Amino acid sequence: MARKISMKQAINEALDLEMRRDPTVIVMGEDIVGGAGSPGEEDAWGGVLGVTKGLHAKYPGRLLDTPLSESAYIGAAIGAAACGMRPVAELMFLDFMGVCFDQILNQAAKFKYMFGGKARTPVVIRAMVGAGFRAAAQHSQMLTPVFTHVPGLKVICPSNAYDAKGLLIQAIRDDDPVIFCEHKNLYGLETDVPAEAYAIPFGEANVVREGKDVTIVSYGLTVHRAFEAAEKLARDRIEAEIVDLRTLSPIDWDTVIESVENTGRLVVVDEANPRCSIASDVAAYVAEHAFGALKAAPQMVTAPHTPVPFTPVLEDLYVPTADAIAAAVSRIAPRAMAA
Amino acid sequence: MPGNPFPLDKPDLLKAYRIMRTIREFEERLHVEFAKGDIPGFVHLYAGEEACATGIMMHLTDVDRIASTHRGHGHCIAKGVDVHEMMAEIYGKVTGACRGKGGSMHIADLAKGMMGANGILGAGAPLACGAGLAAKFRGDGGVGVTFFGDGASNQGMVLESMNLAAVWNLPVIFVVENNGYAESTSVEYATAVDSYVDRASGFGLPGVTVDGTDFFAVHEAAGEMIRRAREGGGPALLECRMIRFFGHFEGDAQTYKAAGENELNRRNRDCLKMFAARLREAGVVSAVELEMIDKDVESLIEDAVVSAKAAPLPTAHDLTTDVYVAY
Repeated sequence: MARKISMKQAINEALDLEMRRDPTVIVMGEDIVGGAGSPGEEDAWGGVLGVTKGLHAKYPGRLLDTPLSESAYIGAAIGAAACGMRPVAELMFLDFMGVCFDQILNQAAKFKYMFGGKARTPVVIRAMVGAGFRAAAQHSQMLTPVFTHVPGLKVICPSNAYDAKGLLIQAIRDDDPVIFCEHKNLYGLETDVPAEAYAIPFGEANVVREGKDVTIVSYGLTVHRAFEAAEKLARDRIEAEIVDLRTLSPIDWDTVIESVENTGRLVVVDEANPRCSIASDVAAYVAEHAFGALKAAPQMVTAPHTPVPFTPVLEDLYVPTADAIAAAVSRIAPRAMAA
Repeated sequence: MPGNPFPLDKPDLLKAYRIMRTIREFEERLHVEFAKGDIPGFVHLYAGEEACATGIMMHLTDVDRIASTHRGHGHCIAKGVDVHEMMAEIYGKVTGACRGKGGSMHIADLAKGMMGANGILGAGAPLACGAGLAAKFRGDGGVGVTFFGDGASNQGMVLESMNLAAVWNLPVIFVVENNGYAESTSVEYATAVDSYVDRASGFGLPGVTVDGTDFFAVHEAAGEMIRRAREGGGPALLECRMIRFFGHFEGDAQTYKAAGENELNRRNRDCLKMFAARLREAGVVSAVELEMIDKDVESLIEDAVVSAKAAPLPTAHDLTTDVYVAY
């Protein structure tokens, strides 16, 4: 039975269903149980934005509040995963990775390879990403490319509630370390989501809009900006195809290439900073593997190469806008060509 | 025939001797083989520190997990990792414990509860907390033991882990292997406290400092901590003061050590010699019994080196396997 729920609810539901199904699934993080039992708090915080709210009461003892100690508890999640548990650790903001990056980069990501294939590290690290909360430079970054660069990590970034639920269930069942990136500006977005459990396989992009003139590749929040741009472009009789990558590692190159071969034009939209980003990665891959199909140079629409600013007037300029995406399309698919 | 004054029976005493002797022979032989130039990369030798790994590991079974250091060969051997697989791994062969992808600094055998040597100093501490957490959830009585040196003891993640283990009451033993040098830097310079036990108390952990060259001292202190942890009594810290016979890595000229320091240590503070002497003096084992073990161990290590050298190398195909479950 599908009903409209928010991405935040969908993530909570995925955790609930998997904790019910598998007793080795445990959840840990800062403030997830904080406040439980305190006057004025009937349940527990459920994390700083309440994503895990309600689970503490349902699964006593399986939600572990942590000290403000990311190296220790992210590492403990990784160690527990190597010892047969399936921990889901909430890193709150992915920006905090600097504090515990060794455990992710040098431990979790390396065990399987470095130990000759004999290790399984089924840990999920959930974290908020993205700008738009007026949270300034240390709470707003889109750090997906940093993790995508590291072999041994799987990197997921859903754009809607349906995908978030299915991808998180897949992540929990996956035997490898998964960095699960939740765009904080999408938490409230509601879409149709079935009540039952379902898993969306990794490495399968979603063609969320079909079109013959240009391929727009994106993921996370900017998929929605690409949609707005496509609506504008359609008024100019340019039909954009939108590919939502959904998972960045593994990545579905086949769908990207197939789409570009049909449209002959590529615009990649990435909220991350442009250097060594998902945008530059996709543009390079397409240039290398589908150069013959391209009628124009691939375009990248990204954040500027700056930290995220605080003041609303600047932050609103930071995340790629629908206008910027439409402008990039227009550069390579002018109206005359689309006719 | 006098009685046995030791807390272990004779078979266990002989087992402990065999483990210490195996570590020593493994390391002394690697020292020789490394100089020949056939072994790639870095090798950090444990010789001189055998009593620590052995004294602790005598209390552990496969259900217990250890997180080791870059100087991990001794921990591996004491935890039961196959010596042939270890040697092949150090030579970068496909028959190695990690199929040649880990090398000396990353030998692991999860089936034996060995969660890996570790090239990142202090990184084993959070992992051991995870092992303790998993054991606690399973209720299998297992413990996690993490080893780190006097140098790595200054890493934030080690201190964070002590706090986490205390807050969650995890069955985790933190073992500081204090050999006096962080690479070339002396512990007096780099660590502001005289005793790591002071740090343990800062996190609410019981702690003990022992002479890490004395097998029985390590064995006794570790035994008490491990028993307590298994029974739900929580984490503890054990500082073992010990001797590193070789340099930080093979090829290290050890210019930071005093003249004659290594020779003096070898003569007066050799944990293996002292252990053997105590067993003989108490009349519990004979020199002949120990010599038989020595001979066994020598042929084991000789065989491990010969087979490692003869073993096949990985192929280009192996370069990209084992990144993902289904890569």
